[in-house]
Amino acid sequence: MEDVLEIAGKKINNRLFIGTGKFSSYQIMKKALEEAKAELATVALRRVDESSKTENIMDYIPQNCSVMINTSGARDAQEAVRIARLAEAAGAGNWIKIEVIRDNKYLLPDNIETLKVVEILAKEGFITFPYMSPDLSVARRMVDAGASAVMPLGSPIGSNRGVKTRELIEIMVNEIKLPVIVDAGLGRPSEACECMELGCAAVLVNTAIAVAQNPPEMAQAFAQAVYAGRLAYLSGIPAAGKFASPSSPLTGFLREAKKS
Amino acid sequence: MSFYDNYCQNKNFDLEGNFNSVSSASIQNILLQDNLNIAQFVALLSGEAQNYLESMAQRAQEITKRNFGNVIELYTPMYLSNYCDNSCLYCGFNLNNDIKRRTLTLEEVEKEAQFISSLGLKHLLILTGESRLKSPVSYIQECVKLLKKYFPSLAIEVYPLTEDEYTQLVAQGVDGLTIYQETYDEQLYAKMHIGGPKQDYRFRLDAPERGARARMRNISIGALLGLGDWRKEVFFLGLHAKYLQDNFPDVEIGISVPRIQPQVSDFKPICQVSDKNIVQIILALRIFLPRLGITISTRENPQFRENLLSLGITRMSAGSITSVGGHTLGEADQEKAPQFEIQDKRSVSQIKAVLERKGYQPVFKDWLYL
Repeated sequence: MEDVLEIAGKKINNRLFIGTGKFSSYQIMKKALEEAKAELATVALRRVDESSKTENIMDYIPQNCSVMINTSGARDAQEAVRIARLAEAAGAGNWIKIEVIRDNKYLLPDNIETLKVVEILAKEGFITFPYMSPDLSVARRMVDAGASAVMPLGSPIGSNRGVKTRELIEIMVNEIKLPVIVDAGLGRPSEACECMELGCAAVLVNTAIAVAQNPPEMAQAFAQAVYAGRLAYLSGIPAAGKFASPSSPLTGFLREAKKS
Repeated sequence: MSFYDNYCQNKNFDLEGNFNSVSSASIQNILLQDNLNIAQFVALLSGEAQNYLESMAQRAQEITKRNFGNVIELYTPMYLSNYCDNSCLYCGFNLNNDIKRRTLTLEEVEKEAQFISSLGLKHLLILTGESRLKSPVSYIQECVKLLKKYFPSLAIEVYPLTEDEYTQLVAQGVDGLTIYQETYDEQLYAKMHIGGPKQDYRFRLDAPERGARARMRNISIGALLGLGDWRKEVFFLGLHAKYLQDNFPDVEIGISVPRIQPQVSDFKPICQVSDKNIVQIILALRIFLPRLGITISTRENPQFRENLLSLGITRMSAGSITSVGGHTLGEADQEKAPQFEIQDKRSVSQIKAVLERKGYQPVFKDWLYL
């Protein structure tokens, strides 16, 4: 069965997206991307160093993996827009994960500023992926503003707490026609699987892979979990029974009455 | 409202009383908590907590990995001038010290910049002695304009400025401010700073807030350990960092815990701060403030720096020279007396190799001019 995620004309088979921060070395990051057969990786423009005397992160992205620049470090809409434009001018493409964070304690996104960025960049032809706190109304506005997908957080970045926002994400999956990609907070493969079972289009994982004892193997584990979750979703997961089937039904008398 | 109000409220905080009420069970319980309150932070500074350094280290490492990953950001200082209008008892730049003074010309600054950037370093901290006359804001601005060509991130460690002056520097491309209070104890501060504009405790204490209002991206504060009782100093340092995080959530707050090192004068530390104490300090601050940047400078020796790496450090300096023009000026032109003696004299490539061996990615570039 072919199951492809298509965004802006690009066909993506692997629904595990990987963030490239926090790895102990670029070599290990590269190996993790390879082992997971990642097709999309996010890279912070602030870390890109074309002039590097040492190493440039872009040289370590496998050939068959596309790059989506993120606007990490942006504190308001204006800064995020500038980062996106600089990225495009530098030849890093026009796929942008929009990240606007004014809160260094929890690293929670500012939905209002993020929406402003989508409004500006989508008009300029960028393929935008806003990272956001799950909120249906704002997500709808993101859609109207021209976003290509929405990226609600499962729990705060780096917290490894899993899908604490599950109820809100489920609602977004039901109501938003664009791909819903859970980004941030997934600490273990089973949580990535859970997102996929809910019907999310993809997940983005960074910390849980980067700081694992063996990042390449963990990347592989996440890839398999994402695949399993997706397959389960497509196979039609039977609804968990909410009520028991009693041997003496409460409405049995209706049938009794018929007999007589 | 300023941190000074907070300081005044807590000036008579019963640290001893709190320390005495700390039990082994309470430490163990704290290490299971996520959001520590002030009393719990204090408990981690206690004598009792010294018995739990290993458990604290495990917890601190786990928090640091989750929040910052396996990376260490590298930066290096550049001394522009060592003229100073202050007489601070502990400092090599004290105006009463008979040392050769100079302020780099712009040509010399450029030479230093070319040399430092040739090492691959991208984050620069520029420093001056505290003389508005010999290194005026206009001079710092000229230097910033020039240095921007070489470094994607520039921080300043100079005398405290007004909010307008910080705003001007931010507009020119400065994104970081480092300013240490030296000692939070207002009375001791007066004893240590016996002449010059630095005597103004309050103007210095409020500088990080002025910098934050001026939209600095990173602000680093610190206490010079060895002056006052370290537990008291670190208590206020932690409160100060928390205050800044709470009030300026979009600014990255960092701390440093420099220890007094030998310099030109014969000032001896008033209080001893052992390696073990430094470890406890870093662990307590990390567990109290999980997103806090923690810098360890080349004041500490190579082996100790390496051992501290996995306990919560996020930034370290490399290839540091603490004398004016130390990278490129010939011996004859160089003033010999640095602000303090550095202990870790390894080159940038040596530091890079050490980090890689220890499983850390050395991050040279983590910002860009917008």
